Amino acid sequence: MTATVKYADVEVGQELPERTYPVRRIDLVRYAGASGDFNEIHWNERVAKSVGLPNVIAHGMFTMAEAGRYITDWVGDPGAIVEFGVRFSTPVVVPDDDAGAEIVVSGAIRKKLEDNQVVVALTARSKGVKVLGGSTAVVRLG
Amino acid sequence: MAINRDFLGREYPAPEPYEVTRVKIREFVEAIQDPNPIYTDTAVARAAGYTDVVAPPTFPIIMGMEGAGQAIVDPELRLDFSMVVHREQRFEYSRPLEAGDLVHCVTRISDIKALGGNELMTLDSEMSTVEGEHIVTARNTIVVRGGAEDAEH
Repeated sequence: MTATVKYADVEVGQELPERTYPVRRIDLVRYAGASGDFNEIHWNERVAKSVGLPNVIAHGMFTMAEAGRYITDWVGDPGAIVEFGVRFSTPVVVPDDDAGAEIVVSGAIRKKLEDNQVVVALTARSKGVKVLGGSTAVVRLG
Repeated sequence: MAINRDFLGREYPAPEPYEVTRVKIREFVEAIQDPNPIYTDTAVARAAGYTDVVAPPTFPIIMGMEGAGQAIVDPELRLDFSMVVHREQRFEYSRPLEAGDLVHCVTRISDIKALGGNELMTLDSEMSTVEGEHIVTARNTIVVRGGAEDAEH
């Protein structure tokens, strides 16, 4: 239960390497089943368009899960996450083709707190548009 | 179409405890394509100090969604599910969920307000072991898009 990143080794302003995660229609169907969120806007183009969306959109929680993976891959231990919050600023539109869409996640150390904790500011983009904004994770480092 | 403000503060305890299982964690991490073995390999999880495989940080949304589902099905709440978009999600953890946890979840409608032509509703789901140990609190804010308003508020 220990983070592999050391508190003493990180600086405010330090950027974490950007990572890219794919999301295709099949991934949304699978996520719907695994999460229990069967809202049709996440897999039915007809329904998505009928409620004014450009096309099928990814579950916000799928995008958040990728941001979570970004943090746990960096810190090494899922138990190091103390708080994790995101705002879904724009939907990730997922076209009906084999490539789907991409979610590009980046992060930076915003603040060092007491008790070996740091605030990591997170951003996710798709097609250059911010899909997660005002998003942070508080992580307890080693 | 305004959400019924009388529902503010209402609580929805899950009808029965949720049992976290290895199979469900595996299904979830396969769906999010996270290959971290701490989610699927008990030996790796034990070496990291856990008693069994752990669940990834967003796994508690399964219980949060169930709690929200209990709240939003009531027609008197006047919530149009087809117009719902997830706006914010937050988790505050005491520890990760582990396979074998028996979890009690209580969801509370903690806020309902208008924002532009849309309605916002916040649901807090508190998840603890059946013995009463806090594991995680999930705060889910949804937007009900009104009329011609755009999804990005």
